[in-house]
Amino acid sequence: MEQLKLFTYIAVFGSFTLYFVIAWLARAKSTSDFYVAGGGITPMQNGMAIGADWMSAASFISMAGLIAFLGYGGSVFLMGWTGGYVLLAMLLAPYMRKHGKFTVPEFIADRYYSKTARVVAVICLIIASLTYIIGQMKGVGVAFSRFLEVEYDNGLYIGMFVVWVYAVLGGMKGITYTQIAQYCVLIFAYTIPAVFISLQLTGNPIPQLGLGSTLADGSGMYLLDKLDLVVTDLGFKEYTTDNMGGTVNMFAYTLSLMIGTAGLPHVIMRFFTVPSVKAARSSAGYALVFIALLYTVAPAVGAMARLNLMNTIEPVAGQNMEYAERPQWFKDWEKTGLLKYEDKNGDGKVQYTANAETNEMVKVDRDIMVLANPAIANLPNWVIALVAAGGIAAALSTAAGLLLAISSSVSHDLMKGVFTPDISEKNELLAGRVVMTISIMVAGYLGLNPPGFAAGTVALAFGLAASSIFPALMMGICSKRMNIKGAIWGMCSGIGVTMLYVFQHKGVMFIQGTDFLGGLEPNWFFGISPNAFGVIGAVVNFSVAFIILQFSEDAPEEIQEMVENFRTPVGEVVAAHDH
Amino acid sequence: MENKTSYWQENLRLIFICLIIWFIVSFGFGILLVEQLNEFRLGGYKLGFWFAQQGSIYTFLGLIFWYTKKMNELDIKYNVEEE
Repeated sequence: MEQLKLFTYIAVFGSFTLYFVIAWLARAKSTSDFYVAGGGITPMQNGMAIGADWMSAASFISMAGLIAFLGYGGSVFLMGWTGGYVLLAMLLAPYMRKHGKFTVPEFIADRYYSKTARVVAVICLIIASLTYIIGQMKGVGVAFSRFLEVEYDNGLYIGMFVVWVYAVLGGMKGITYTQIAQYCVLIFAYTIPAVFISLQLTGNPIPQLGLGSTLADGSGMYLLDKLDLVVTDLGFKEYTTDNMGGTVNMFAYTLSLMIGTAGLPHVIMRFFTVPSVKAARSSAGYALVFIALLYTVAPAVGAMARLNLMNTIEPVAGQNMEYAERPQWFKDWEKTGLLKYEDKNGDGKVQYTANAETNEMVKVDRDIMVLANPAIANLPNWVIALVAAGGIAAALSTAAGLLLAISSSVSHDLMKGVFTPDISEKNELLAGRVVMTISIMVAGYLGLNPPGFAAGTVALAFGLAASSIFPALMMGICSKRMNIKGAIWGMCSGIGVTMLYVFQHKGVMFIQGTDFLGGLEPNWFFGISPNAFGVIGAVVNFSVAFIILQFSEDAPEEIQEMVENFRTPVGEVVAAHDH
Repeated sequence: MENKTSYWQENLRLIFICLIIWFIVSFGFGILLVEQLNEFRLGGYKLGFWFAQQGSIYTFLGLIFWYTKKMNELDIKYNVEEE
């Protein structure tokens, strides 16, 4: 145990030192450095940074755990969180890069010739980003408290301090280079245990292939068949066919996550950091390469963790583990309260079944699967230490990207763009840093006192991005005629419908007891769960916008010219615009 | 002007092709037709399950790189490539 703690300290604080050194070497000197890293990041570097930015504590810690317990249903996260990059690469990123501004609200303001639209976009952006940061801060706190036995609060303060130093100092430039380092840390931390476990179970070191291989225990049975057999024997649904809430729900959920991903401002703004339109297209590809490295391993991690868990509890059918002989990791996680056992039939053995009456594993928190996985598989201590550093890297890198999105939208869009246009570059830079500091404190406060609605708001963040930002951007690029009225009415009705649906099932502002239709499935529209509703909001947004467009004037001539211009990588219209 | 319009038209055509494949592989093979495809096998994977958890992601990757390559060619054809 002592050795594990020592290794973990070395891994975590070693990685922090690395981030500080990088941040110092790449500190920001101008607003362009601060917002878009001077526009000089290569597609490969940008792809890695997007990977780290995008893959949060949720991807690193929670996703494989979700898949482990949802089985086939977990595919919505795998497809939903990767398919959005196809939309980004083709429908948004190249044109927004060509337009050549610093922030998403700035693009919306130019395209819809309106400061009101800019302010609406800033509000959507801040709500979406802040709710995300709370999750990251919690992730840092949990990782510290579990692995270093530091108090949750202190872990959170350390995380706040580290992210403050390099985000405020380095701006986008520092954050980008730090994220590249963080990507390397997190991908090693994720894949190394997976390789070990895949080797143990199937003899194949590549997890993606191991998942489709036969078991190495001599039975000659395929891993997935074995898993199906083990879980169905205990009354759970079959792993490879368990579809979460039915086909319609899975369809809507996947599509909502895809367009939500494409509409998240902290991802889109990364495409402003590359030097050309060509580079914007290819960085989306590189980003997906680096994301896919983790996302194609995750299903293997999930399935293998589930199998290992089942095998630990019931090594041979009918011969259950004695509670008194439970392994060390079992005891460790019991201490955190995330794993709970209750001897219902008094036989001293552990029964884990789908039947709530006889099931004795009364709590198995999904989030512990990735973190406990190396210990369940008896991997060496340095691997466990690496997982701790990887989880923290995933949380910090995402938090930094989100902080930058918030600070640039306040200092650049609200102050420079709307309220104090005369602000000097030096003061704008200072304002950006002050806003970032305040955001960290707000996020830290909310991490210490998580509001009851924290979990629900993540769904709202995706819903907002899917139903408002993505349609507004896409129509702005693909329809020359789309005007301000259509855009604003579209955004408002899209958000309105989505929020109404989420609130009516989960409570107004997520306050319990104010939900007027209940969280009950029979009341769901075509069986679509509230988390999957963003796509319906987007459809409403598109429809309303085009109906309004039929009854109002097209966008002015110079706006149509501007759209023509950002559709081509080079163009003389830029010059015409400047004259 | 003429040139720009047809550049955009060709771009839209490429996007359309890509998004059809994007849809068929993820929503088609991974969700709507999953039960039928699960009758077939790819090693230990049921085929529909494989598309949902592995195949769709590889296809997305292929699509973006193919689109990027095609667009670079288009940029040269219409003489709009960057320095």
